[in-house]
Amino acid sequence: MQITINQAPFELPEGATVEDALSRFGAKPPFAVALNLEFVHRQRYSETVLKAKDILEIVQPVAGG
Amino acid sequence: MSNLHAADPLILYGTSFPSRLLLGTARYPSPKVLESAVRAAEPAMLTVSLRRQAAGHNEIGGQAFWDLLGELKVPFLPNTAGCHSMDEVYTTAMMAREVFGTEWIKLELIGDDYTLQPDTLGLVSAADKLLREGFKVLPYCTEDLVVCRRLIDVGCEAVMPWAAPIGTGKGPTNPYALRLLRERVQVPILVDAGIGVPSHACQVMEWGCDGVLLNTAVAQARDPMALAGAFSAAITAGRAAYLGGAMAERESAEASTPVVGTPFWHLDGG
Repeated sequence: MQITINQAPFELPEGATVEDALSRFGAKPPFAVALNLEFVHRQRYSETVLKAKDILEIVQPVAGG
Repeated sequence: MSNLHAADPLILYGTSFPSRLLLGTARYPSPKVLESAVRAAEPAMLTVSLRRQAAGHNEIGGQAFWDLLGELKVPFLPNTAGCHSMDEVYTTAMMAREVFGTEWIKLELIGDDYTLQPDTLGLVSAADKLLREGFKVLPYCTEDLVVCRRLIDVGCEAVMPWAAPIGTGKGPTNPYALRLLRERVQVPILVDAGIGVPSHACQVMEWGCDGVLLNTAVAQARDPMALAGAFSAAITAGRAAYLGGAMAERESAEASTPVVGTPFWHLDGG
């Protein structure tokens, strides 16, 4: 199935979790995650199952005003 | 830290801060310059943000930025910059709390992309939702008295009205409203956005505002470290003037040297 991570398409197997997606993307800590605009607590990465067309956002600290 | 700072801390949500300057971390020429500016300013908090990993932006970010923040040992104030909806604000705040490990949030809900004016109609419900989630919300707002009142009604223990649109450096464009706001609300007022030079910061502090949040005015200066120090001094001076009860302005001259006993006066018999 195809999902979108940070605006780019990624192919993942059926039943893949957020944790699998983070690994596939190569996310580097510190980061936080939103799935379809909803926050996913880091303790739920391994239990949150993805489905086709999901949109995952992985964000990191940056400078801000 | 001066005696004035120790005796007159800025108190936000029951937390005491030795400085009345909050500093942004964006738009500095390099991480080293940011670090020097922070050390010169000794701010109460540093604003920070979240952006997509590997998004290809040129802002200071990622692990190097994270390591620098750790070394600076200044409390974080994450923002929700760029959010245009309640859902975006909520999710960004939740992610910020997890990444930065803090309940503080600078609530930004943008209503107009050209002026970056806050969406004051949605701001109150967004603040309410975040406060219910346990956040300590510092809302970026306009100087509108009623909006500020509604923010306070839902539990905001400070408000952050703009002086002028973000990044313009124009200084307070509506002094009357800002001064009236100071008269009419009791919570701390932190002037956020639009401050350009130290005299702007000093001025709003003289009016009784409680602090100033700066970014561009320091980061885009030719010498950010010099401006960081200058702003810090200006804020301290303005606060001292407010506490000291500056004199009232007059329309006509009044001699400061006593008139009685002036030599040669009336010698001509006039």
